[in-house]
Amino acid sequence: MDMEFIRNLQGWGYVAMIFGLTIGFYAYIYHLYKSQKDGVKDYEKYSRMALNDDIDDSLVESLHPQNNKKINRSVKDELAE
Amino acid sequence: MQSSSAINYDYTVAKYFTVATIVLGIVGMTVGVIIAFQLAFPELNNLFGEYGTFGRLRPIHTDGVAFGFTVSGVMATWYYVGQRVLKVSMAESKFLMFIGKLQFWLYVVLVASVVVSLLLGITTSKEYAEFEWPIDILVVIVWVLWGVSIFGLIGIRREKVLYISVWYYIATFLGVAMLYVFNNMEVPTYFVSGMGDWYHSVSMYAGSNDAMVQWWYGHNAVAFVFTVPIIAMIYYFLPKESGQPIFSYKLSLLSFWGLMFVYLWAGGHHLLYSTVPDWVQTMGSIFSIILILPSWGSAINMLLTMKGEWGQLRENPLIKFYVLASTFYMLSTLEGPIQAIKSVNALAHFTDWIPGHVHDGTLGWVGFMIIGAIFHMAPRMFKREIFSKKLIETQFWLQTTGIVMYFTSMWIAGITQGMMWRATDQYGNLSYSFIDTVEVLHPYWTLRAVGGLFYLIGVFMWAYNMYKTATSSKAIEKEPQYASPMA
Repeated sequence: MDMEFIRNLQGWGYVAMIFGLTIGFYAYIYHLYKSQKDGVKDYEKYSRMALNDDIDDSLVESLHPQNNKKINRSVKDELAE
Repeated sequence: MQSSSAINYDYTVAKYFTVATIVLGIVGMTVGVIIAFQLAFPELNNLFGEYGTFGRLRPIHTDGVAFGFTVSGVMATWYYVGQRVLKVSMAESKFLMFIGKLQFWLYVVLVASVVVSLLLGITTSKEYAEFEWPIDILVVIVWVLWGVSIFGLIGIRREKVLYISVWYYIATFLGVAMLYVFNNMEVPTYFVSGMGDWYHSVSMYAGSNDAMVQWWYGHNAVAFVFTVPIIAMIYYFLPKESGQPIFSYKLSLLSFWGLMFVYLWAGGHHLLYSTVPDWVQTMGSIFSIILILPSWGSAINMLLTMKGEWGQLRENPLIKFYVLASTFYMLSTLEGPIQAIKSVNALAHFTDWIPGHVHDGTLGWVGFMIIGAIFHMAPRMFKREIFSKKLIETQFWLQTTGIVMYFTSMWIAGITQGMMWRATDQYGNLSYSFIDTVEVLHPYWTLRAVGGLFYLIGVFMWAYNMYKTATSSKAIEKEPQYASPMA
């Protein structure tokens, strides 16, 4: 491989990466707003996580999926089981 | 994990790092004020022989405030915030508690070896990467222990979702790990060629390659020490202290990825008009300008979080710290890209405008955020109200005055300096000699030192307020939910 080829490879690789990451980033923005609009996922519910951070406050999402349907579950409830 | 329901968050390690933050803040900023006065009054270089010269003290200031004060503040807040948003206590894992304490005590050894080696003049001569290889190895160990702590706590969490602050702490960990290791690749000269002492080394990179790696590191040290973990703090402490949810959680996610995507490419702006390839310089300029978007995304998100609640700015001095921090973040993330424009940089490069820019970011954004965060943590950690609200108010205004004096004097000095360096007469000869600029700039250097002194006095007030809060303030029975109680 001569130097010229390597430089070309670097240049085009860089362009491809920037292009790919830009597309990926805009796709992510679309995905976030579409999911929120369609009710697939409510991202804004996470914005209260700093406010309800006492050890006895309810979990936003439990690590145990079966518990997520039970509203206002706290760490205490999790430990009681 | 224990199975008792009587769990409380354990702030032991957070308290250790809080003490380190205050002590290293005092040390790093005292040295900063000394060297600022040395620049204005050079005879002050002779106070302590070779150990008191600007050359020896300057890296102690920069490393002391960046890797001492700031990193301790990052650790203190991580060991506080991490538990709370993951809803798990450090007390639930003896292993993680051990790792946290081990990390702290090794960090203390690290700080001591840094201070001693730099005072003795042992340095690699790379800016913000002055530590010789044995210390670098210790840095890596301390950092890996922090990683174990972060991912360990995440591993035993109850809350499934990682709050945005946790994302930023993880990014800090990964970013600094990558930057530090690659920029500090070095050859121990004694073991390879028998030259120098056992601790000496030379960089593994040479010439302009070394410069490019160095400023990829140098600029991203600003990114991953002065920006990313501080955003982690503001996303937790501003909503918590004000009782307001984040204005837009989606915007916080977008800003996060935007920042990660863009920041790593901007370091080339430190090498404008130097011997690195032109495309690297152009890339540095362009990415620096794009960087305004994710930076302002976070800052505006924080200011909008206060929408309809601006009365709190009058009532609560901690909100003042956070809001002004966010405002200074906006100022410095606009100023930086402006300086990175090639034509502006032709004037600004090597002038006092650059340290002016650095300090409105570090004093206003980083310093205010860490001070405000630790004030918020104090009543929760020590179960006492903050000792004096009046003292916080006085500290806030004194420090704000200090910051304004600092950056305005450096703006004027820097632009004057740049103009004088460029000025030519009708024949193309330089109009001014170097000493002409020194004479003109002297009053501004004095003003800068006095501004820094104001800020330092504020740090002492903070230390006193924290000491009194921890030892003799009124006890509180119940943890405050939002606004921190203060006398």
